[in-house]
Amino acid sequence: MVELSPPRILPSGDSALTVEFSRKIDDAANQRVLALDRTLASENVRGVTETVPTYRSLLVHYDPVAIGFDVLAEKLVSLAQRPAPASTKRRRWRIPVVYGGEHGIDLEDVAKALRTTPDDIVARHVAGHYRVAMIGFTPGWSYLSGLEESLHLPRRQNPRVLTPAGTVSIGGVQTGVQCLAGPSGWHLLGRTAVRTYQLHREPTFLLEPGDDVTFSPVDARTFEEQDRAAERGEVVAELIAA
Amino acid sequence: MSKLVVSKIGPASSVQDGGRHGAQRYGLTPSGAMDRLALAAANTLVANQPLAAAIEIGPFAAHFEARQGAVRIGLAGAWRKAEISGRAVASNCSMTLAQGETLTLDFARGGSFSYLAIEGGIAGESMFGSLAVNARAGLGSPYPRPLQVGDELQATYASGTIERRIDLPAPKEAPIRLVLGPQDDEFSEAAIRLFLDSEWKISATSDRMGYRLEGPKIEHLHGHNIVSDGTVNGSIQVPGNGAPIVLMPDRGTTGGYPKIATVISADLGRFAQTPPGTIFKFNAVSMAEAQEEARRFTQLLRNLPDRLRSMEHVDLNIDALRDANVAGAAVSAVDATTWQIQPAASAVPHD
Repeated sequence: MVELSPPRILPSGDSALTVEFSRKIDDAANQRVLALDRTLASENVRGVTETVPTYRSLLVHYDPVAIGFDVLAEKLVSLAQRPAPASTKRRRWRIPVVYGGEHGIDLEDVAKALRTTPDDIVARHVAGHYRVAMIGFTPGWSYLSGLEESLHLPRRQNPRVLTPAGTVSIGGVQTGVQCLAGPSGWHLLGRTAVRTYQLHREPTFLLEPGDDVTFSPVDARTFEEQDRAAERGEVVAELIAA
Repeated sequence: MSKLVVSKIGPASSVQDGGRHGAQRYGLTPSGAMDRLALAAANTLVANQPLAAAIEIGPFAAHFEARQGAVRIGLAGAWRKAEISGRAVASNCSMTLAQGETLTLDFARGGSFSYLAIEGGIAGESMFGSLAVNARAGLGSPYPRPLQVGDELQATYASGTIERRIDLPAPKEAPIRLVLGPQDDEFSEAAIRLFLDSEWKISATSDRMGYRLEGPKIEHLHGHNIVSDGTVNGSIQVPGNGAPIVLMPDRGTTGGYPKIATVISADLGRFAQTPPGTIFKFNAVSMAEAQEEARRFTQLLRNLPDRLRSMEHVDLNIDALRDANVAGAAVSAVDATTWQIQPAASAVPHD
């Protein structure tokens, strides 16, 4: 068995610590983050209250009345070097996207910057197999790893203060689906009717860190129809494997 | 049922409780009270659970009227002039509003947030175990947004229990304590020294997401972008302009700026109550000390009922209150438009 290198334990105040596997966006590190997250969920470590997986680290919230920093740090280092329990629900979602036009205002500029056509950008984006590396910033904002290298593009110089709900965008080496309208410095390729976060729907949060995601192009009319269905509480995204 | 009706209210006033925990992995921030001790004190005064939902009142004046019956309430947090039908009432006390009576609260002096707990708690629909308002996510109950004039909060009829005051530890004028990390290694020793040795002021463009600090520019060693990782209440992130932001309960759950240090949990409420413009300093403590303080703080919250006293010796001491108005000028200098939940001044684009 390959000996896994120990992660770095970084203090995040008196009630949380960061288990850092890498400083970079790194697929192997993300796999270890998600593995430690699963291990922690199955181990039920006393005092641990909540975890937040990201690309490269796992933030562990805990109650310092129940467990001290040193004891928890040691426990986490040892758990991180253990093989993780197999993922029980590896799910694959197909997410419909209307690309370009008013729904993806940066598609043309992205094509120009990458010296190709908008159709080619869409084709490359749709061909990708992505994984939910983390969900963060605002409810349901899903950061996906697996963006093809030819689509890597620095973020915008001037981030936008407001981008629409359901925006599907690319930024740096990542692509993502945002749920709520909000600020973003990424390039907007299109929109999906899928709500990754919706109150009064079961489940409230659609995607889990570790889920697989692919995109399928739809026309504007289909988007409108799906948007109405989603508003009524339908999931709209297709679960193609679970 | 009697009810409490909002007849005057300023920005940054909303229903808050101990916060919404367990969904940060989905990007849902915990929200919750800016000053947990004050929330717990207000609740304890009317025999509610310490972190039950109550009204968090921002720095400006607020009026509440009892209708369809008497309402018993507990008031704690920032010092303010408070009156019921023209008679002065004190903070850190319970009180009963007779049907038709109005509680008038002046703007905050010496603090930013007050807490008004209703006997029996606030009636609402809990989401993820909390009534706390998170306007961006459309969460909170009975209103998923900051309070407005005309809002009504259902109350049980006042029990008629004898009124109480609560004897809280005297507030400290000490530096705000922090532990370094998680990304203190993104800064030179000199930059960390500058951060710890300097005097800071909270900017008026602060909100429930984050408090922006004014002071010297803190330089990064390797630039200001890191790969996003998780944040906590009290994370001190340093964006590209070198002006630190202390993340508060409505923060983004992840962030892409290096975090030089984290305010200790026992000092977060005191920090949240520091009015814009007030000069303060930080003090780095060890993890052992921070955790000892966290345990002591938990004990303090747990044992608040032992601090309830009879009302016999309440000294309103309005003059002292006026003299203590160190912060009054600073608070009134705050632009009302900055004290709102959204759009947030600190909604920095993520990476």
